[in-house]
Amino acid sequence: MRIRAFEILVAAGLVLLFTTAVLLLTGAPPLEAFALLVRGSFGSVSKLARVLTVWVPLTLCACGLIYTFRIGLWNIGVEGQVILGAVGATWALRAGAGHLPPGVLLALAMAAGVLLGAGWSLAAGVLRTRGGVNEIFAGLGLNFVAQGIVLWLIFGPWKRPGVASMSGTVPFPPGLWLPNFSWGRLSPVALGCAVAALALTAWLLGRTRVGLFLRAVGGNPRAAHLLGLPPERYLLLAMALAGGMAGLAGGIQVTAVYHRLIPAISSNYGYLALLVTMLAGFRLGPVAPIALFFAGLNVGSVQLPMALQLDSSLSGVIQGASVLAVLLAHGWDVRRARRQA
Amino acid sequence: MTEPSPVLLAANVVATAAPILLASLGETLTERAGLINLSLDGTILLAAMAAFAVAHDTGSVALGFAAASAVGGAVAAVVGFAGVILGVSQVAVGFVLTLMCRDLAYFLGNPYSRIQGPQVPPLPVPGLADLPVLGPLLFRHNAVVYLSLVLAPALWWVLYRTKWGLEVRAVGEHPEAAYARGIAPRRVQMVCAVVGGALVGLAGAAYSLALKPGWGRPQGAEGIGWIALALVIFGGWHPVKVALGAVLFALLQVAGIPLQEAFPSVPAQVFQVAPFPLMIFTLLFMGLSQRESVERWAADRTWARRLVRAFRGAAPRALGRPMEGG
Amino acid sequence: MHIVLDDIHKRYGRVHANRGVSLEVRAGTIHGVLGENGAGKSTLMRILAGYTRPTSGRILLDGDEVRWRAPAEAVARGVGMLYQDPMDFLAMTALENYALGRRWVPPRELRRDLEARAAELGFTVHPEMPLERLTVGERQQLELLRLLSLGVRVLILDEPTTGISGVQRETLFAALRCLADEGRSVLLVSHKLEDVEALCDEITVLRQGAVSGRAERPFRTRELLEMMFGEPPAVPRKVGSTPGAPIVSFRNAWATGGRSGLRRCSVTIREGEVVGLAGVEGAGQNVFLRLAAGLNRPYRGAVEVCGAPVRAYRWLRQQGVAFLPAGRLEEGLVRGLTVLDHFALGRSRIPFLDPWRGARDRAEEGIRQYRIRGRPETPVEALSGGNQQRVLLALLPERPRLLLLESPTRGLDLESAHWVWEQLLAHKARGATIVFSSPELDEILMVAERVLVFHDGALVADVAAAETSVAELGSAIAGRAAPPPPSPDVSVTAVETP
Repeated sequence: MRIRAFEILVAAGLVLLFTTAVLLLTGAPPLEAFALLVRGSFGSVSKLARVLTVWVPLTLCACGLIYTFRIGLWNIGVEGQVILGAVGATWALRAGAGHLPPGVLLALAMAAGVLLGAGWSLAAGVLRTRGGVNEIFAGLGLNFVAQGIVLWLIFGPWKRPGVASMSGTVPFPPGLWLPNFSWGRLSPVALGCAVAALALTAWLLGRTRVGLFLRAVGGNPRAAHLLGLPPERYLLLAMALAGGMAGLAGGIQVTAVYHRLIPAISSNYGYLALLVTMLAGFRLGPVAPIALFFAGLNVGSVQLPMALQLDSSLSGVIQGASVLAVLLAHGWDVRRARRQA
Repeated sequence: MTEPSPVLLAANVVATAAPILLASLGETLTERAGLINLSLDGTILLAAMAAFAVAHDTGSVALGFAAASAVGGAVAAVVGFAGVILGVSQVAVGFVLTLMCRDLAYFLGNPYSRIQGPQVPPLPVPGLADLPVLGPLLFRHNAVVYLSLVLAPALWWVLYRTKWGLEVRAVGEHPEAAYARGIAPRRVQMVCAVVGGALVGLAGAAYSLALKPGWGRPQGAEGIGWIALALVIFGGWHPVKVALGAVLFALLQVAGIPLQEAFPSVPAQVFQVAPFPLMIFTLLFMGLSQRESVERWAADRTWARRLVRAFRGAAPRALGRPMEGG
Repeated sequence: MHIVLDDIHKRYGRVHANRGVSLEVRAGTIHGVLGENGAGKSTLMRILAGYTRPTSGRILLDGDEVRWRAPAEAVARGVGMLYQDPMDFLAMTALENYALGRRWVPPRELRRDLEARAAELGFTVHPEMPLERLTVGERQQLELLRLLSLGVRVLILDEPTTGISGVQRETLFAALRCLADEGRSVLLVSHKLEDVEALCDEITVLRQGAVSGRAERPFRTRELLEMMFGEPPAVPRKVGSTPGAPIVSFRNAWATGGRSGLRRCSVTIREGEVVGLAGVEGAGQNVFLRLAAGLNRPYRGAVEVCGAPVRAYRWLRQQGVAFLPAGRLEEGLVRGLTVLDHFALGRSRIPFLDPWRGARDRAEEGIRQYRIRGRPETPVEALSGGNQQRVLLALLPERPRLLLLESPTRGLDLESAHWVWEQLLAHKARGATIVFSSPELDEILMVAERVLVFHDGALVADVAAAETSVAELGSAIAGRAAPPPPSPDVSVTAVETP
């Protein structure tokens, strides 16, 4: 899906109008709210660090989703894959604490996150290829199950000594935290992971057989089979790659951000990454800037409840409206072009 | 109350099933015309919020329901416009709307969070409400429940016994052929989207004004939209089978309450996810029963063949595909 | 009704499908519209039936100009069309199909009406049967009855004899003659000379979107051919050979798929043979091909290819077995990928290498050798059907052992079709075995050495091409060992002379 600048302009106008209308509906001053969003996200270096902390998991998940969209799958299960990644990392850290040097343990925790994320994703993939279950429903169901697993762990086997609570498991000792930059709460390792994921995805999709094969299987699985490719294997490969990247995002949330497992460990970043990918027109190029825009909205909206007594879900409204507006503007443009032909 | 408790439990199932019936049957109508409205989960929340807010501000429950169905119809109209008129991916639009409507509901509903508001009054049917067993089971509910009870047979009658229903099915099967026969497929699809969406909206109101009165974050209706979407597949796009699935699901939900009481240490959220593995298993069962190998295995076993055939339901052939040309 | 089409133009983007076509049909006659695939026949008929709007030009019915906004308007004025891709509803019953698009009538009354009309024309109907369980011919009869019941006085039939049995064809033609005698006008669109010659009073020939000639009875075949093709194309020469060792053998194989599956099939094909599979669409030929290609498995019996029981398709591919599907954009090529991408697919299997290295040379070579009108960067969906077929041929392995081809010339004009066969027979000359299906008996007799005939999932005849004829094959396809009895349409004659 190639989106023209003109369509983006129209969409941006629509989003601005819609958001203003929504704000006026609640009686909030729109200009003040918009200013707050900007100041709250890009107003200072420490805020920028926070925005980048959100950008990392969004970018990781969105990179993974590019593979699944390339092959024509709606990997809605990405949310659960983030959660399972976090569970995997927590499990590794709990099991290895005190037995292994922190550096090795952290690397293992990341690997565990990747593996569990990929495994959870493959479950949805196998349900689709072998069981004929639509991946949207399989993934969505598995998201809820993953959420259940986290709650069960926090309130059951991994509960805090004394009383279990929604605040999560016992925090890990600071020796098992990924270090931050000196200028803000942002882990260079996490940032490196996201940049590496972008580079890896660009290389795999643009310069290797994997990218071409994913496109072929996604475009026409039957033809791909007749041309000698194994569609099922590539479907599962795409799912595993997506799940692995989402799992890594989950691992980073545990090791670099929260330092423990909390019920809302995924922070809806999986679903949000789906919106990022859609807004990017299912292409890798625009993923990084769009993820930054979305991360800025998320961080900026945190202050809304205190400053203006508004719910922070305004960011979600703007994000959703952006994708919807671009879809509509693009659809309208394509239809116009078709009619003129 | 002197009735034995099984009757009360069954009556509870009937009440619990009401919003699920409304949502899944609304979606059945939409999908029979060939359009997928994936926005159900968000629509239900937004409609629930709108219903509560309007009922609270005006004091009229009826206006609350009207607002909910208007919201549901409007969201569906966006899906319909994008999918049918513009030819945008229906899955993409529906999914975005699911997320956006949920956030919109939380945002706009913030001032109404955790406050008292009106509820639908029970409306016993005179005469019938005093019948033993049947009275409490079916005739001491509110108006929404009655609507949900007659909806499945009504939808069946419309789809299979009227000219309009025949046209709806024709559009879902082969819109180009329907066009060749003087039907306006896009118009039929838009109408089915809006009517189906309005029913989904009523499901939202049934939560915030009856089953789980009030508004909050979370409201408690989260996830139901997805269940309703899965039920349409489970029911093979047939209104009566979809309704049976919805009632079955409500039964399991009600049966889960005592289970939850037996394990007080486990958080309620864990029980709330229970429907979803179940959803996957039913869809897996449906998926496997379509497989040729299973079909051949069942061919020699009468009971298995009957079972497979009972669950057989083909999706409308043009589901999710907009009409070409015309 | 008297019909005049005056200077009809239709453009789709850059494609000029109709270039000023004019046509006149007198009431009570059967008018043939003849032309190769892609000559613009279907577009013209869709314009007359109101399904497509012309870019310019006029339609006159009995002297009045009409402008259709929808096909239903045309039907209301008495113009109805049987489309090439049936415009009916497979999941619904015959009666529901009959009811759609008319005023509401009680089902019982409607059913009586349908049965009465069917009896009048000697058709068989199954009102409560879902359409997916009827044959193409039965669906066509139902649609014809439906249009007649709506009072249609002009009937357009687009390639009505594709996919129906010989008996159904006779029944249809008898019914059409009867309808014309009652004063209706019939337009018969076909690329088959024998259809048009057998039935029509007048013929208009289209070529490349324009009228290339007209003719009245008696027709001269040579002239018609010249109008269709300019110079009649050269026929590819058969290459003789002596069959070698068995390469495909079916032993009492049963399988599902298609309309009727495949039942109790036992046959052996030897290396170097060219075998044509004949039959009505879905009678078992394609199941046969897919079994041999390892794309389908028998549920009873055995299939051996290259001396071993069939394994996965990918394994067979490595043995030099190639399968060519009939649906080019459905199964053969990937929309959105370029010609070059297709050449880059499926050669070496190392996943992390640059797939395009070396592919460009092969693609350019393929484009030159197979005279593909396109560039390596052209997306395959932008190519014409014939060029897509050439891409598929160019993608075949260089020295195949066994070619399994589903309707390899479907939708190609005669010249392209002959060219395709030249290329395929060149493979044979290098030792390949060819097994192919085709709806055209002429094509089968032209290139095959041996013909297998399928009827309703069973192999009913296995004959040498030199010792059979179109008539004999035709009756075998219809499920008869001998030629059909003289008159299957007694009831029609009875109606004609009460």
